[in-house]
Amino acid sequence: MALTRDDVEKVSLLARLQLTDDELNSMTEHLSQIIQYVHQLDEINTDDVAPLAHTLDITNVLADDVVADCLSREAALQNAPQRDEECFRVPAVL
Amino acid sequence: MSIISKSATQQREMLRTGELTSVELTTAYLEQIKSRESAVKAFVHLDEQQALDAAQQIDTRRAAGEPLGDLAGIPVAVKDNLCSEGVPTTCASKILSGFIPPYDATVVAKLKTADAILIGRTNMDEFAMGSSTENSSIQVTSNPWNLQCIPGGSSGGSAACIAAGFAPLALGSDTGGSIRQPAALCGIVGLKPSYGRVSRYGLVAFASSLDQIGPMTGNVEDAALLLQVLAGHDSHDSTSADVTVDGYVENVTQPLSGLTLGVVDEHYGDGLEAEIKSSVEEAIRVYESLGATIKHIEMPHASYGIATYYIIAPCEASSNLARFDGAHYGHRADPSTSDQTSTSEDALTRMYRSSRAAGFGDEVKRRIMLGTYALSEGYYDAFYLKALKVRRLIRQDYDNAFKDVDLLIGPVTACSAFKQGEKTADPMAMYMEDLFTVTANLAGVAGISIPCGLTDAGLPIGVQLQSAPFQEDKLLRAAYMFQHATDWHQRRPEF
Repeated sequence: MALTRDDVEKVSLLARLQLTDDELNSMTEHLSQIIQYVHQLDEINTDDVAPLAHTLDITNVLADDVVADCLSREAALQNAPQRDEECFRVPAVL
Repeated sequence: MSIISKSATQQREMLRTGELTSVELTTAYLEQIKSRESAVKAFVHLDEQQALDAAQQIDTRRAAGEPLGDLAGIPVAVKDNLCSEGVPTTCASKILSGFIPPYDATVVAKLKTADAILIGRTNMDEFAMGSSTENSSIQVTSNPWNLQCIPGGSSGGSAACIAAGFAPLALGSDTGGSIRQPAALCGIVGLKPSYGRVSRYGLVAFASSLDQIGPMTGNVEDAALLLQVLAGHDSHDSTSADVTVDGYVENVTQPLSGLTLGVVDEHYGDGLEAEIKSSVEEAIRVYESLGATIKHIEMPHASYGIATYYIIAPCEASSNLARFDGAHYGHRADPSTSDQTSTSEDALTRMYRSSRAAGFGDEVKRRIMLGTYALSEGYYDAFYLKALKVRRLIRQDYDNAFKDVDLLIGPVTACSAFKQGEKTADPMAMYMEDLFTVTANLAGVAGISIPCGLTDAGLPIGVQLQSAPFQEDKLLRAAYMFQHATDWHQRRPEF
């Protein structure tokens, strides 16, 4: 199952990456190689195997619902490329 | 004998008795850095003055009889993907150029509480994706054993730092082998703890179900010393395990009796370099001479580790790295210079795409793309779900193995350190570097790389021990047994 350049271009939008023509070409080649390699997993019968997303046997770790210290607004905004007094600024969406 | 050739454990004792001051110790390392760093390029950021100031404070507090932490006055280098408040943290990526974290990673906070001296930030493959540290956007780090060779990766800066005598202790992170592989290639000790042993809070996430932070040191006692400080449950990381932390420092020198080691025959296939094979076999004989029993075991799914990993890790990475959006922190491309041809896209999408395109390097883009593809509609079951099922089979292989043996022993890498540029054009060749290490991450078990030889070309060889989850105590004690019987850990490069 080879990837086409069109597939790669579609995925680049999903991934929010703007790829150049050269990148689209090399990415198509490299991703196809990797996809071909990982298809070796098809050799294994996994019909009765439950997926393992996580190796620790813990679920739903809950914390007490109490107010604790957190970053100040100023600290949270300090690395923003563009900001005003209160918010992150981004290009207009509407 | 120079002070920097002593172990951190010895230095700690000398500091305690007053035979040595932290300023003297820190100065000795800074001098070594000054004379050799231009050849190695292990650091992306050096905190010379802050380190000396902190050392002076420790000496003053010690002189005043104040109680001090477990690493008081000892320099520690930190991989550049661990947040440190007020200190640049870049993951060697252009997208985080100039990023100053507003908080400390838990491990960094623990080092501070232990009164360690934070000496600088070490180079790495961008976002820890790579096995040679060549994917750094900042610089290429050299292996101190041969400056034309790579130090391994992704924690190559930390490994080179220890090998070059720039610090006695360093932190690395390991998602598929990123502590153990560079440790092996640089002739040092690198421990990847069990998943959940060390808090990941403040570690810039690559693949959250695989990432672990661990010690990189010159010898096994120092790994025990550093792990003792790092280990433990943390309410900031819900995946850190609430499991008792053993007395690693106290126990490390006590040999294990009745030790049974498992050898996985599949590890000795065609790809393994002859010199590495014979060094690892010699290490096994050393254990036999120390009374260990060797059992041959099968891990039928181990050879599928790389394929499984290169689905799961990119899937998690594509999700984790979505946070680099040019809005909250990091690089934002100037919208006026970004591609305006896609008029169907709104300005925000164009900003995202151009910022991420400019900020991420090739390998990071490749993994984001791979993960996005594998998780996209219609492919999820075929790739991600399939890989998670094989992951369980790999874990079961380990569970079965540890019913019969205490630890597994085998190679860390198939080859010794390779020349810079040798594998950069071939992603699959680079991925195969993790063949023997990646299954430990998938299964959540602990692994350690310890020096066990040198090739004819003078490059280090490592042997890997792996334990069941949360048995780092056993792992360290077994590693110490080997170290005590050999002198490979005392070899240092002349460069």
